[in-house]
Amino acid sequence: MLIFEQSQNNRCNTAQAPLEPRDTSAIPENLRRKKKPRLPEVSELQVVRHYTRLSQKNFSIDTQFYPLGSCTMKYNPRACNSLAMLPGFLARHPYAALEHSQGFLACMYDLQEILKDVTGMKAVSLTPMAGAQGEFAGVAMIRAYHDANNEGRQRTEILVPDAAHGTNPATATMCGFKTREIPTDDNGDVDIEALKQALGPQTAGIMLTNPSTLGVFERDIKTIAELVHAAGGLLYYDGANLNAILGKVKPGDMGFDVIHMNLHKTFSTPHGGGGPGAGPVGVNERLLPYLPIPIVARDGDKYHWLTEKDYPKSIGRLSAFMGNAGVLLRAYIYARLVGREGMTRIAEFSTLNANYMMAKLKQAGFTMALPQRRATHEFILTLKKEAKELNVNAMDYAKRLLDYGFHAPTTYFPLIVPECLLIEPTETEDKQTLDGFIDAMVSIAQESREKPEFVKGAPYTLPVKRLDDVKAARELNLAWKPGNTL
Amino acid sequence: MPFIPHTETEIQAMLETIGADSIEALFDEIPAALRSAGLQQVPLRASEMQVTRLMTQRASQDGTPLCFMGAGAYEHHIPAAIWQLTTRGEYYTAYTPYQAEASQGTLQLLYEFQSMLTQLTALDVSNASLYDGASALAEAVLMAVRANRKSKSRRILIADSLHPAYRKVTHSIVTNQKITLETLAFDNRNGTTSINDLPAEPGDFAALVIPQPNFFGQLEQVDELTDWAHRHGALVIAQVNPTALALLSAPGEWGENGADIACGEGQPLGIPLSSGGPYFGFLCCTQALVRQMPGRIIGKTVDLDGKEGYALTLQAREQHIRRSKATSNICTNQGLMTTAATMYMALLGTHGLEQVAAHSMHNTALLVEKLCTIKGVERLFQGPIFHECALRLPVAADTVLQQLAQRNILGGYALEQDYSDLSNTILVCATETKTEQDLDDFANALRQSIENPA
Repeated sequence: MLIFEQSQNNRCNTAQAPLEPRDTSAIPENLRRKKKPRLPEVSELQVVRHYTRLSQKNFSIDTQFYPLGSCTMKYNPRACNSLAMLPGFLARHPYAALEHSQGFLACMYDLQEILKDVTGMKAVSLTPMAGAQGEFAGVAMIRAYHDANNEGRQRTEILVPDAAHGTNPATATMCGFKTREIPTDDNGDVDIEALKQALGPQTAGIMLTNPSTLGVFERDIKTIAELVHAAGGLLYYDGANLNAILGKVKPGDMGFDVIHMNLHKTFSTPHGGGGPGAGPVGVNERLLPYLPIPIVARDGDKYHWLTEKDYPKSIGRLSAFMGNAGVLLRAYIYARLVGREGMTRIAEFSTLNANYMMAKLKQAGFTMALPQRRATHEFILTLKKEAKELNVNAMDYAKRLLDYGFHAPTTYFPLIVPECLLIEPTETEDKQTLDGFIDAMVSIAQESREKPEFVKGAPYTLPVKRLDDVKAARELNLAWKPGNTL
Repeated sequence: MPFIPHTETEIQAMLETIGADSIEALFDEIPAALRSAGLQQVPLRASEMQVTRLMTQRASQDGTPLCFMGAGAYEHHIPAAIWQLTTRGEYYTAYTPYQAEASQGTLQLLYEFQSMLTQLTALDVSNASLYDGASALAEAVLMAVRANRKSKSRRILIADSLHPAYRKVTHSIVTNQKITLETLAFDNRNGTTSINDLPAEPGDFAALVIPQPNFFGQLEQVDELTDWAHRHGALVIAQVNPTALALLSAPGEWGENGADIACGEGQPLGIPLSSGGPYFGFLCCTQALVRQMPGRIIGKTVDLDGKEGYALTLQAREQHIRRSKATSNICTNQGLMTTAATMYMALLGTHGLEQVAAHSMHNTALLVEKLCTIKGVERLFQGPIFHECALRLPVAADTVLQQLAQRNILGGYALEQDYSDLSNTILVCATETKTEQDLDDFANALRQSIENPA
């Protein structure tokens, strides 16, 4: 039942809003609202009960294992939330005076330094509000660089592997580039011959994820970097999979010119049912002048903002203020709790968990997309055989896993592997949980052989069964309207 | 090991299953030449107790000055229930609701959010959020250029009285797509876009952006502006404050046919100031434009048994399906912030939101009255305002603001940083959170700063 449907005319909460009437006659008649909005008229208890009950219809990391490939659904430590929500941090206005900002700015400055070290880049800007905005910032900087070298008109193409996230080509378009796809070879690496063919005076740059979206380390990265640089292009690192290499390899050392990080993945800030994230960008010397502003600087023991006048060539501002400050605080707190030693262990144990699951699933008879390769922090299983022989596909497995109490892995991504599940356990899961997931996969395989129609009907134990997506798109119902349902 | 549960026995058993000698062996595909020498700048780990000490010190170091600053971020009372519920693990740690059956809580909540936003803006549809108010305006501009097929100029007219940071952000985001932003000057008397000065032959433009209230808190003549833009074949983008919509004419009501798109900053709806983020941007439009909308949209549908449920819909607009042809590259949005805002709107209801708006308006008017008794302090513009006001001072704004900061008062925004003609002016705001004593304290402090400069 919608909150609107619990509404009673003239019921209202009186404790949360000011009580006494106030004169608003200063608003001229023609600028006044004509028809009142219909917000719910409910009690505080109704609100609390309704949204508590709704929350219980969700899967979450706090309640279920969430092996969602490419999303790094690791445990979100409670201290990160409670400390970022200290009253002093919550009350700080974004335009607070510098003397009322030193504690906050110290955290932001420290975080910039930590991210520089982790990525091996020269400088960092924290302002992008999500991974896709970090990508935008990165590719916009590549554009600004070519423009400054008078090659902007000629360099019109961004290369992306065919296994790339959809945000990569979408970002290239937003920055006014055309996208050209590069195929992947049978071992999951970028096809070097195809890359050589694609490179030319029109190349602005290449966007890569390493480890790649296929869950393997791109071994030829040095060669790729040399080829792209020789053609006059720049290398963009998509930080989606940074968790796998923390403290082991730095993108700066691989030859990348610019990188974005997803702090809501690697630095364990919560996903919040779809956000907020934070997508800071790091650059090497070459792209330094173009960083998005503002940036925090330190002068002796005082902190201040660097803005337009310090960065006249900046690609500009991307948020009204300075980005998702509360998310950045959570990431900073996490980095301090984990520390230098812990960073490397994150890479080690996320890799251990993924390789363990891959080995166990292989033993259980499942087919891996790249069985000859080491898994990184994630790996791909393909259900092509099951789909063909039993008509049970990756989506059916995903939905049936929900009945077993596990969130489904990422399905049908990357697009180049048929019937795939992209599985990323993260370092925070224990062996018993991983074993439980593997047992569920084995059970579903057996169910698929014995009663495939049953598996195709899953899930059975959730608040709803499979939803009619076609109806949702054809008979659009995107908002409650008064009279619709009351 | 922080947040890693493995025991030594388990590690050995897992390595044995894999057939590897050590964890290090799992990294054998990474070329040795690339291996990093390790981290140098990341501090060594600290315990929860130590980090708590550090963060508590830093949070309190910044104090809590009495806030009379608005300028796009507003201090409103946030009912206790909002964040207690929002930080429940089931909301806080859930992923984007791609697996609809396992995400009905978030999906239904977002459908309710969309419904509330369509009520506030009086438009047909809403998306499920964008990053913030400024980037929402940039997306609205991109959307208008795609949607207005009659216009070929890729030219957008935008009021100079609109938040300067929003104009900068929009510029950063849209110029790579060869879209130009042209500002319409404001009238020096009213601080609003002058109807009489609008060009009779504006030429081809895709959309007009109208702020209401504008950056100075002044109320624009939205009906006339909307009709003027529509007469010239342009779309209208309303950039609005959601609290103000409890009292002010809704975008869907503007002029003869209403605005086509409404966007704005959602922060006033239950989101703490928090240094500027995370907030959320909202974007609403008419039904006709829904397929040009960026970002996630939730639709109501039914399951196999005919039972009502909610799912992401019109995904063919989005990057994970359409890739380079998507309406935007946005993926992660501000889900948790819309969770809080939905509860805020439900808890306050129409009446509560009207009260917040009316009290904020009243407090600002009262503050202005008190401040204008100080010699040399006067309103910069005439005409109606909502809950912000630009004031002219007899002295330099920066000096006064610094002195106020020393008295633990955040006294407002110096307009000269964005409008070079407006030296010695500040923008002030007093929301419903301020008592008459607070207003007097501010007035006294300002009087002292002006009359007896340190």
